[in-house]
Amino acid sequence: MRDQLQSDFDKIVKTSKFSNEEIKFKKNFLNNFIKKGFPNRKLEDWKFLDISQIIKKNISDLSFFNDYSQSNKIDSSIFIDGLEHNKIVFINGRIEKIDFKFEDQNKIEIIDETKKETSFNYENSLIDLNNAFTDKGTKILIKKNYFLKKPLIIYHSTNNEIKSTNINLRLDFEISENSCLKLIDYFANNTAKNFTNIFYNFNLEKNSILKNYKIDKFRNNNLRYSFNNIKQGNNSVSETFILSTGSDYFKNEINCNLNGEYSSAFINGIFSLTKNQQHEIRTTINHLAENTKSYQLIKSVLGKNSKSAYQGRIFVNSKAQKTDGYQLSKAILLDETSEFNAKPELEIYADDVKCSHGSASGSLDENSIFYLMSRGLNYQQSKELLINGFLLDVIEKITDTEIRNLIKNIIG
Amino acid sequence: MDTREKDIEKLKDYKYGFTTDIENIKAPKGLNEDVIKFISNIKKEPKWMLDFRLKAYERLKLLKEPNWQKPKYPKIDYQDLYYYSAPKSMSDKPKSLEELDPKLLETYKKLGIPLQEQARLNGIAVDAVFDSVSVATTFKGELTKHGIIFCSMSEAIQKHSDLVKKYLGSVIPVTDHFFATLNSAVFTDGSFVYIPEGVKCPMELSTYFRINASETGQFERTLIIADKGSYVSYLEGCTAPMRDENQLHAANVELIALDDAEIKYSTVQNWYPGDENGKGGIYNFVTKRGLCKGRNSKISWTQVETGSAITWKYPSCILKGDNSIGEFYSIAITNNHQKADTGTKMIHLGKNTKSKIISKGISAGFSDMTYRGLVDINSKAKNSSNYTQCDSLLMGNKCGAHTVPYIKNKNFDSNIAHEATTSKISEEQLHYCQQRGLNPEEAVGLIVNGFCKEVLQQLPMEFAVEAQKLVGISLEGSVG
Repeated sequence: MRDQLQSDFDKIVKTSKFSNEEIKFKKNFLNNFIKKGFPNRKLEDWKFLDISQIIKKNISDLSFFNDYSQSNKIDSSIFIDGLEHNKIVFINGRIEKIDFKFEDQNKIEIIDETKKETSFNYENSLIDLNNAFTDKGTKILIKKNYFLKKPLIIYHSTNNEIKSTNINLRLDFEISENSCLKLIDYFANNTAKNFTNIFYNFNLEKNSILKNYKIDKFRNNNLRYSFNNIKQGNNSVSETFILSTGSDYFKNEINCNLNGEYSSAFINGIFSLTKNQQHEIRTTINHLAENTKSYQLIKSVLGKNSKSAYQGRIFVNSKAQKTDGYQLSKAILLDETSEFNAKPELEIYADDVKCSHGSASGSLDENSIFYLMSRGLNYQQSKELLINGFLLDVIEKITDTEIRNLIKNIIG
Repeated sequence: MDTREKDIEKLKDYKYGFTTDIENIKAPKGLNEDVIKFISNIKKEPKWMLDFRLKAYERLKLLKEPNWQKPKYPKIDYQDLYYYSAPKSMSDKPKSLEELDPKLLETYKKLGIPLQEQARLNGIAVDAVFDSVSVATTFKGELTKHGIIFCSMSEAIQKHSDLVKKYLGSVIPVTDHFFATLNSAVFTDGSFVYIPEGVKCPMELSTYFRINASETGQFERTLIIADKGSYVSYLEGCTAPMRDENQLHAANVELIALDDAEIKYSTVQNWYPGDENGKGGIYNFVTKRGLCKGRNSKISWTQVETGSAITWKYPSCILKGDNSIGEFYSIAITNNHQKADTGTKMIHLGKNTKSKIISKGISAGFSDMTYRGLVDINSKAKNSSNYTQCDSLLMGNKCGAHTVPYIKNKNFDSNIAHEATTSKISEEQLHYCQQRGLNPEEAVGLIVNGFCKEVLQQLPMEFAVEAQKLVGISLEGSVG
């Protein structure tokens, strides 16, 4: 793999217009990645799903080359109807379009980043990979006192020209004081098999709000990895919703630092998996200031041969008194071959806190099915009704009505 | 000063911190084949036992000390330890208690463990292990009547070699992790229990461990076999003198329950925890594992962990037989600079297996406490269930409490439920108690005992009283 990495990297450098400084920066990360390789199960955070094995098995001929010099045609059929929205279109590893047509252009700034923030307190070779191979960085700055009128949808798509390729995306968001961004990540159902590696960096200033909805609904063969790094100032709120049902492999990681007092983070997720799908959510919430709050709810419905994992970590530093932290993960196993893994972790150094977690897994309740069948539903209908009810609970947690309805429609 | 306060005053210091001045036979310092041969030789062991040890030693050379645990400790120099230390008077084993060194008897009297049978009214059979060797076992006659074998490990190797050979290493093989393998190579003594088919052991069996000599590691090995339809309740207690250096205690405990058998294993661990600055104390790195081998068998672990500088252990159950049950009840208390990383593993292999975990952690001072547990339901373990509850209580903001459960469910017929909470003693609770005339320390004692009640209830009576006191004492000075 080493030679491949090196030659693909040289090819990218040749075809793209990076400055010398950028190349130097990227080389550094390339070397880090070459040294470490893909994470494997020996690392605690990758214990349940070993990505190095999964890649080896699914895409043995993984290429790292992306041609950033050539633009791709935008296929408008993938766009979501019925909801006015701003767009970022991301095709084959290249940002093709950034369109904030509904917004006040003076309030939003799109900055080309040559110097990316690299101080990052988490060992993860996929971030190294991302930094080494991603295109020029883009930062989206939302200025003070501005609530975006319409949500922003990022379309993640590929066309038939690439396959078995590693695609990297890096975006930085700066949400200034008293501002609000609603962001939807929409994963299209392209048939080609690629490995996507997404890294978002959010900086939430005082009183700002971020709502991020990740929708991976339609069955596809892609392997995906997404990392959200969120820094929160005083009184800020972040809400993340993950619908994880489409890809063959999807791992969502969220690292959230609650630096400001009264800041809060909410993470809700749904896994609904079937044949050979393997999905994971890993969260780390660092409570670093007083009166911070976090809430997590993850639910899984697991069909044949599928596997889901939830690793949630709540860290409370000794300064973070009056922390309120909560985690709940629930799973319904529908088949003998399905598997659920959980590792809800609490690491607490302050005494005046309220932290708890719960985890429950099992099969569908036969008594409930009996109840519904005695009222005239057949077995299949009862089962579906119960599962829908089970998952709806999470969807109801979405605070934005418009988007909640959209997601309900998508799920059907 | 009322009697309770006096009691506390008396107990405030670690009361088992004395040393006994007694002549010892020691193996040469260090770990090598010769030392292992020395131990085997002095204990007049058969060849298969020496082979077992050497096999473990070969394996040990390939193993690395694990390093994933939360409490880190300075590197242990395994060549700078004595692996065998025995009171000299024991070199020719005394036939009866009268022949026992009076100094030894006195030591056990100080510890509150009378070995003279006539002094025993509560009917607990005791096996006492001093440094590396078992010094006395009481109530032998009574037990033999029922066909129960309760003796030291070395005696069992001589007299019941068929049983030992069959079961030793069957739950913790010589190829296990570093500390378990170290123990397999150099273990010196311990207790052996065999309960024959259909026998309900008429009394509690108990082992008392004492580390006396300095610069020694204590490596004992306990093997309990409950044959079909039998029942045994076993208690374990431990103390050590106060020393500035850290001492290693790496024991192995293996339990085997055959069809319809039940083993109840209780521990009150009160090794020397080090002084309030974290100097000295025992490293308690113990491997405890129970195998529910037969159908309808049951193994229950109960532990009260208050001592040791570092406690690092996970008493586990392998639920192999159909309908078998595993239970784990734990109270772990850390104060000052103590550290604990403890919990359990429940591995469900058989059908209809059930397990229950209740863990209560209390940390005060500068201490750090981690619950780490694994619940693994295998794909063949149909209709199994687990319930886990782990609660932590924090006193002050210099200490830490962590919960790291691993949950693996590979069977759709099975249920796993896990709950954990972390909290502190609320002002309201304290206020309420104080209003009714309790001083703050008593109030905390009361609340903590209430917090631990579910676990304390599981202990045999005599132990429960001792444990309750211990809980109060361990938290002395952590409020106010």
